[in-house]
Amino acid sequence: MVDQYLPLWEVFVRSKRGMDHKHCGSVHAADAEQALQYARDVYTRRSEGNSIWVVEATHIVASQPDDQEAFFEPADDKVYRHATFYDVPADVKHM
Amino acid sequence: MTPQDQVVDIDALEKEFQERIDAEKKIEPKDWMPEAYRRTLIRQISQHAHSEVVGQLPEGNWITRAPSLRRKAILLAKVQDEAGHGLYLYSAAETLGSSREQMIDDLHAGKAKYSSIFNYPTLSWADVPAIGWLVDGAAIVNQVALCRTSYGPYSRAMIRVCKEESFHARQGFEGMLALARGNEAQKKMCQDAINRYWWPALMMFGPSDAESPNSAQSMKWKIKRFSNDELRQKFVDQTVPQIEYLGMEVPDPDCKWNEERGHYDIGEMPWEEFFAVIKGHGPCNHERLQARQKAHDEGNWVREAALAYQKKQADKKQSVA
Ligand SMILES: [Fe+2]
Ligand SMILES: [Fe+2]
Repeated sequence: MVDQYLPLWEVFVRSKRGMDHKHCGSVHAADAEQALQYARDVYTRRSEGNSIWVVEATHIVASQPDDQEAFFEPADDKVYRHATFYDVPADVKHM
Repeated sequence: MTPQDQVVDIDALEKEFQERIDAEKKIEPKDWMPEAYRRTLIRQISQHAHSEVVGQLPEGNWITRAPSLRRKAILLAKVQDEAGHGLYLYSAAETLGSSREQMIDDLHAGKAKYSSIFNYPTLSWADVPAIGWLVDGAAIVNQVALCRTSYGPYSRAMIRVCKEESFHARQGFEGMLALARGNEAQKKMCQDAINRYWWPALMMFGPSDAESPNSAQSMKWKIKRFSNDELRQKFVDQTVPQIEYLGMEVPDPDCKWNEERGHYDIGEMPWEEFFAVIKGHGPCNHERLQARQKAHDEGNWVREAALAYQKKQADKKQSVA
């Protein structure tokens, strides 16, 4: 008998309505339905969530830390995208 | 690139890595890290995961014989939590490139270690609350410190674990208190469990600092934040008054409050026994691994069936499309 192992799924849980789903770990499961059930048992034993996403780990595409500088650099010199870039006289209200 | 350039490169990477750690920035899975850091973490996190999983066995032994439905429901929930802790930790170890298969195979082959406390038997019901209070209590001291460990996924797993652990310690103390307030036979059971679990619980923190050769590097990498002896002292200081509250005795004639140090002193620890248990000569080493292997083997057909079902569903979908 060959040992059977199950593929890896990443788990995202939303703690309550109005919040984002947040990554919280992974489970091994044969299919999406089983992954959801395992994720429920592993990550929401104390009502930590009311919605779960699972996605097979091989389907996730991630940016690489090595390219981090080049990849995120275009935003670094655009300080005018922040509200604090602009001088507004103190006596102007509601800005 | 000449080999010389490569050496320089690694030095620069290591320097950058250490600077990140010194600046209290977490290391995340895809960051460059020294091979030894990766290996140390895989070893430590997988041992930790194995401990959670094997740790279900001594307590699981009493689920069918819990003295009341209330205690049974609590014990079931507690043991289920430990399975969860194992999974959080395997999941963290897998982010370092180690596979679940490999870790489990290493455990079953006797190549991987787990906390030697779980190689002691649970002889009476009192051992169940004693474990929750003393063993989980010691684990909490260790795990609270690990919440700030430098590797992001390990730190996050520890934060999750710590949130759940205080229930384990509290239900244990409550169970001990019930025995301590019970009849003579129950009091005796309570003291007997303390006598058997006190030293093994203290030894969960590992060898003394002088004999812990890997500690310095782990401290520098901020995998560890406190030394074994510091954590052990913390546990002793918080637990001795609890033993007194129960009206029980600390099974160590040398255990006394040291006014000058502001800590409890303890007697010589039975290290010979500790190392014997680590090397596989504990009362239950063989039994624990056998139980794990059996559970794994007996679950194989379930995994096989689930995968076959998945394949069948996927094929069906394909033929419709
Ligand atoms: Fe645990
Ligand atoms: Fe626990």
